[in-house]
Amino acid sequence: MTVPALEIENLTKTYRNGVQALRGVDLRVEEGEFFALLGPNGAGKSTTIGIICSLVRKSGGRVAVFGHDIDREMEAAKSCIGLVPQEFNFNQFEPVEEIVINQAGYYGIPRRRARPRAEACLRQLGLWDQRRVMARELSGGQKRRLMIARALVHEPRMLILDEPTAGVDIEVRRSMWAFLRETNARGTTIILTTHYLEEAEALCRRVAIIDHGRTIENSAMRDLLMQLHVETFILNTREALAEVPAVEGYTLRRVDEHTLEADVERERSVNGLFEQLSRQGVHVLSMRNKSNRLEELFLRRVGRAQP
Amino acid sequence: MTPSQQAAAFLTLLIKECLRFIRIWVQTVLPAAVTMSLYFVIFGGLIGSQLADVKGLRYMDYIVPGIILMAVINNAYANVVSSFFSAKFQRHIEEMLVSPMPNWLIVAGYTAGGMARGLVVGLAVTVVAAWFTDLQVHSWPVVVAVVLLTTMLFALGGLINAVFARSFDDISIIPTFVLTPLTYLGGVFYSIDMLPGFWQQASRLNPVLYMVSAFRYGMQGVADVPLAVSFALIIGFVVILFAAAVWLLHRGVGVRS
Repeated sequence: MTVPALEIENLTKTYRNGVQALRGVDLRVEEGEFFALLGPNGAGKSTTIGIICSLVRKSGGRVAVFGHDIDREMEAAKSCIGLVPQEFNFNQFEPVEEIVINQAGYYGIPRRRARPRAEACLRQLGLWDQRRVMARELSGGQKRRLMIARALVHEPRMLILDEPTAGVDIEVRRSMWAFLRETNARGTTIILTTHYLEEAEALCRRVAIIDHGRTIENSAMRDLLMQLHVETFILNTREALAEVPAVEGYTLRRVDEHTLEADVERERSVNGLFEQLSRQGVHVLSMRNKSNRLEELFLRRVGRAQP
Repeated sequence: MTPSQQAAAFLTLLIKECLRFIRIWVQTVLPAAVTMSLYFVIFGGLIGSQLADVKGLRYMDYIVPGIILMAVINNAYANVVSSFFSAKFQRHIEEMLVSPMPNWLIVAGYTAGGMARGLVVGLAVTVVAAWFTDLQVHSWPVVVAVVLLTTMLFALGGLINAVFARSFDDISIIPTFVLTPLTYLGGVFYSIDMLPGFWQQASRLNPVLYMVSAFRYGMQGVADVPLAVSFALIIGFVVILFAAAVWLLHRGVGVRS
């Protein structure tokens, strides 16, 4: 049996103010996986990541990174991890290249070897031209990419990204997705937390959901999405509708005179819906999901689905 | 980490700290040189010329070692307290905390950075002092050892201050209300032999006195307290503060949740 990239058993954390952030988190991430760690705000995702990276002291439980228990082999465990935190946490008054070279140095890489590594990382992330710029002068997207370059400079076996695309525009987000896919394809295990569930669905093959400090889901993305029995679609019609057309086997709701909402069970084909609408002289111009599939499941699992 | 990796990490932190204060030398090196020039002009030149010799030395000559050491102490302390607190404040201390660097290495790196600034400023003030007096060195080994140990001690003190600090006010309280009075009352401008009996004994509770006295011995061959006592005390404080700083980081005080 192979050693998992990350193994967490019954992880608990109670802060000094009495807040119980984690009440028993269990996770297992295999080497090479692209893993999504999801949960609502305050669920315990960042606390879990903080404990893995030793920024937060755990109250109980066990964490092992590539078989290195963080209680006994913290240095070895840390060597395997690259962290991209949620908040910008680099020296704003330092040049971009220095930040990346210094990070390599903290992992024991001498400057003569750190320089070419930093150059490779900065080029990959499109920051080489900004290498002499003070970090505070970068745009939001560039700052996010700088943190990824910094996290990768020591070539970690596992990359942990805590909401890496928060606040960046779609173009930058898509290019970061492509970069992360390449990084994962080269063998780096990736753990991603995000509030953009479409991001998790697009990138990750496995997903865990944490809520109220507990793991409430840990499965393959495909298996999780299979749990979605009903999908809701928004249909835009050419004809103005005064009332909801009568269709069999589907639930329709009228949003406005040109818009319908349709609930379609997973086993049913949408063709049947189109045929019935067509017979009644209703032509569908376009169709889209009401919400992302993972988002719908997520809301149901954390008990916050709309009635 | 292997010893060579530890050496690379230490050098990284030392270079980073040196670049930090060199980049802003107008704020970090120049003020000390200007301030100490004023001390030499006012206390040494204008007032000192009206005073009698102290322990067989011209007053100007007598205060030179104390003024150099005062600059060294202030800057070694200031470098680490501001750099470490800034790293906490901007959260880039996390760059080190997530790395495999052991805590003692983080302490050593910051301390070395503080020592470097203390030494650079000490050198600048010494150059200034050379304009006002003929500098002499009685014992180079003593001068070097005292300066290195003193910068180490106060760099460690600055780090501990920064660990506990929660605001920028907290990093100026100790230098203003503790460090400055201790330095001024530590025999920089006078010999404790000039004080009444009670204040002579009270002055012996001031650790800065021992450093100034030992440094003055290294430069001029005169001291208020025996050299061995001074070294024992300085080394004792260094060991205690280093252990305390490592322990605080290990406990995560001020840096880990």
